[in-house]
Amino acid sequence: TQSSAVVETILSCCRPQYHSPLAARCYSHGKQETDEEFDARWITYFSKPDIDAWELRKGMNTLIGYDLVPEPKILDAALRACRRLNDLASAIRILEAVKDKAGPHKEIYPYVVQELRPTLSELGIPTPEELGIDKA
Amino acid sequence: MLSTRALVRGLQAGLWRRVSTSTSALAAHGHSSAVDVVDCSVPQYNNRLDTPLPDIPFITNLTPEQKTLKEKEKDAWTKLSKEEKLALYRLSFELSYAEMKKGSDEWKTVLAGFFFFLGFTGLLVWWQRIYVYGDVPHTLSPEWVEKQTQRMIDMRVNPVHGFSSKWDYEKKQWK
Repeated sequence: TQSSAVVETILSCCRPQYHSPLAARCYSHGKQETDEEFDARWITYFSKPDIDAWELRKGMNTLIGYDLVPEPKILDAALRACRRLNDLASAIRILEAVKDKAGPHKEIYPYVVQELRPTLSELGIPTPEELGIDKA
Repeated sequence: MLSTRALVRGLQAGLWRRVSTSTSALAAHGHSSAVDVVDCSVPQYNNRLDTPLPDIPFITNLTPEQKTLKEKEKDAWTKLSKEEKLALYRLSFELSYAEMKKGSDEWKTVLAGFFFFLGFTGLLVWWQRIYVYGDVPHTLSPEWVEKQTQRMIDMRVNPVHGFSSKWDYEKKQWK
């Protein structure tokens, strides 16, 4: 009957669809974003050619608000956005923020710097350690 | 309040390296120190671990040297010296993450003040004991207490586990 078809449609959108068992969020319905989709979304955000300073700040502050350390790929896009905006200070700040986000997991930050080393050398971005601001 | 400002200045000079006031923050921006209020109608700078990129840079009024440095920033960063890179960082940010997370020695001052006032109170209490309080009642004199104790023993006060249970009635002495 028509009413049962309507009910079926409504119920079908409430069924969970699992794309990845390690997805971060557990919604009761709706698609769950995979890690790759999350990364791609943020890389696209920072890769906008005419990104403006506000968007960079907003993006970084939001990204740092998440309960995760961003992938080096995302950070690479963010650093290149800083380059387009001629903002070296923000690039260094981003590295500081990543180290802070890692918290007690001290092996994450060296790994990220290692992955970003080509970009850091290419753009001439110093790490906080190289500038001596990692110690108060 | 003038007194609190003087107190903060004194503490800044003597004890705590970083007691921040709105005046000192504004003075660094180039505002006159007479301005004690923060304009909350415009974006403000802040040092926060969870906000790596604040709304405005820390220093907005640039000297001519700083302006030339900003122009140089538009060129390749590989051409900048380490000092120039550090200067650019300090233009945009007041405190680095390490400086934000660093603690202060304020707790020592707090503890010292606590003990000082505790001691001072002790002196007041001592003076009060000598000069304000009168004599203690006569019922606390040794003679009275002796007679009182004997009476309590005779009455068998708390004979099971308490007072009189400690008295040996045969030997007429404390156990």
